[in-house]
Amino acid sequence: MRGVAAELAFARQYEAARGASGAREPAWLARLRAEAFDAFAAHGLPTTRHEDWRFTSLAKLETVQFAQTPEVDGTPAAAAARERVALGDAHRLVFVNGRHAPALSSVGALPAGCRVEPLSALLASDAGAVERVLASAADPKQRALVALNTALFSDGAFVELADGAALVRPLHVLYLQASAAAPTASHVRTLVSAGAGSRALIVEQHAGDTRTTDFTNAVTELRAGRDAQLQHVLIQDLPAQSFAASAVLSRQDGSSRLGLHQIALGAALARAEVESRLEAEEAELALLGLYLGRGAQHPDHHTTIDHAAPHTRSRELYKGILDERAHGVFHGRIHVRPHAQKIAAEQTNRALLLSDRATINSKPQLEIYADDVKCSHGASIGQLDAAQLFYLRARGLDLDAARALLTAAFASEVLESLPHEALRAALERALFAWLPASGGRA
Amino acid sequence: MLEIRNLHARVEGREILRGVDLSVRAGEVHAVMGPNGSGKSTLANVLAGREGYEVTEGEVLYRGRDLLALAPEERAREGVFLAFQYPVEIPGVTNSYFMKAATNAVRKHRGEPELDAIDFLALVKQTMKELGMDEAFLSRSVNEGFSGGEKKRNEILQMSLLQPTLAVLDETDSGLDIDALRIVADGVNRLRGPQRAVLAITHYQRLLDYLVPDRTHVLMNGRIVRSGDRALALELEKRGYGWLEREAGAPA
Repeated sequence: MRGVAAELAFARQYEAARGASGAREPAWLARLRAEAFDAFAAHGLPTTRHEDWRFTSLAKLETVQFAQTPEVDGTPAAAAARERVALGDAHRLVFVNGRHAPALSSVGALPAGCRVEPLSALLASDAGAVERVLASAADPKQRALVALNTALFSDGAFVELADGAALVRPLHVLYLQASAAAPTASHVRTLVSAGAGSRALIVEQHAGDTRTTDFTNAVTELRAGRDAQLQHVLIQDLPAQSFAASAVLSRQDGSSRLGLHQIALGAALARAEVESRLEAEEAELALLGLYLGRGAQHPDHHTTIDHAAPHTRSRELYKGILDERAHGVFHGRIHVRPHAQKIAAEQTNRALLLSDRATINSKPQLEIYADDVKCSHGASIGQLDAAQLFYLRARGLDLDAARALLTAAFASEVLESLPHEALRAALERALFAWLPASGGRA
Repeated sequence: MLEIRNLHARVEGREILRGVDLSVRAGEVHAVMGPNGSGKSTLANVLAGREGYEVTEGEVLYRGRDLLALAPEERAREGVFLAFQYPVEIPGVTNSYFMKAATNAVRKHRGEPELDAIDFLALVKQTMKELGMDEAFLSRSVNEGFSGGEKKRNEILQMSLLQPTLAVLDETDSGLDIDALRIVADGVNRLRGPQRAVLAITHYQRLLDYLVPDRTHVLMNGRIVRSGDRALALELEKRGYGWLEREAGAPA
């Protein structure tokens, strides 16, 4: 390790956690954490010399002196986040600065066969349940930030659905960064294991009210069993100066339907990774993303879809809206294994640049080793359409209103696909609040 | 109502309008006819304020005010309506949302109360019925996937909702079958009134069978070369534009 400030802080955090809770954690977990930390420490934080990080520099993150996370009252942050994404009827599990906040949570009664608990509690009561899922969706050592998370995660949501179980109401998992005097780093882990034929909608929201350069490093592992129908929506809505990293790692069994939404609204630098593997025939994945950037925001989306079985289907659609000096990155990799015949994969990435100083680096990467497949990809980068703007103005809408309407229309394809009415409405409001006509422009 | 004096305009550096003079009084319907490339659509776009249409000389007064000094949205709010020759498709914006936003932008400017969703829906559904439009068009994206005729009807629907003082129809009749043409003309006729005026730009005279103009003008080579009554339109139908071209081509 190069010994930069952030890495030293992570090392201290790791040692402290080992001392405090290490004794209470099962041996298998201590071992997993140790291996993961060694894997992280061997290379440290990725640099722009790494091909997958060419356009995204963590140099600023490296210099942050992260403090130990203090106990902070997350009530105001929770209230603000819940107002922003109001899911009236949801089961709610809330974490503040990486720790479960029972007073802010209200899981309520769950349908038969559904289990929703904080990892911290479950590790004490039924560590075996965690062991069955943790680090099963992807090798924790492959990605530096996933390795770091594995070594350091302090808590997170655990969801287990028995075969045929249906979590009828959405589950709202809220990870908050609440006001602290010094920058803090939170590593949270979400584990979802959906049994055969089960169904659930999980909304994972990252938000906060801090003014420090916090770091949220979130890893979510999803397993969808045979015929399961699982929806996961990640909303990254962190304060403007923070660093956000997330990785959603999924595996799907035959005939399962997985819907992944990646909505990136906040943070100064946000790296969102998805690695999705379709492991058995007729598994189907829809991966949709929407990212907004202005000021000097840097949203980076890195996705891998792995068609590991024949007759699997994936559809990927990302839309980015970049204003001012924002810099977006999209890297979409589709991997089709040699025996994975008759698969269908469709990838689209469209970026809308509202300013001539905004930039996007877009890279589709198709690696197809089977010969009987249907793969397509398309990327476009553009500005608002002059003819459409004129048409709206010729009907009496002023320029700002016309721009806002067309920008919202650009995003609508992603928002309309959201699987919950209140969620869709909440994100439409968030988008309109962001748009220049609504006073968002400096 | 509308006073166009010696209007010269360029598009991409080429002079298209070369001294148009035209005067339309309140209560009147005027037809502007002319062969392809004569400047008809340029005239319509200049009146609506489209970017890229550069006025180099002349003036346009609308109800005594300098129309050319106004932004497109200000013209619309002041009651100028352009029915587009090629209505633009806007995926992701529903027709009802768009028309409510437009209706209320214009109403607000006139000092009228804005319509809420229920009142707007009642108004738009009534108007659609008159135009023989299916209500399904409300929830579709603006013009997206509409046939040519449906797009033109959608223009007339917007015109009916916005109740403009001056309606400029840019080849609204082109691509319409006879039934659609009648419905569109009926829509325009309903708008007619002593305080309003219509400028109907068309290539063919058949629209004028239903929308009988008070005056007919022939635009050729960027100038009005002949003005007359209804009989002029019928004569053009019979003889084409060639004879006027030869006359206009003769040194003045």
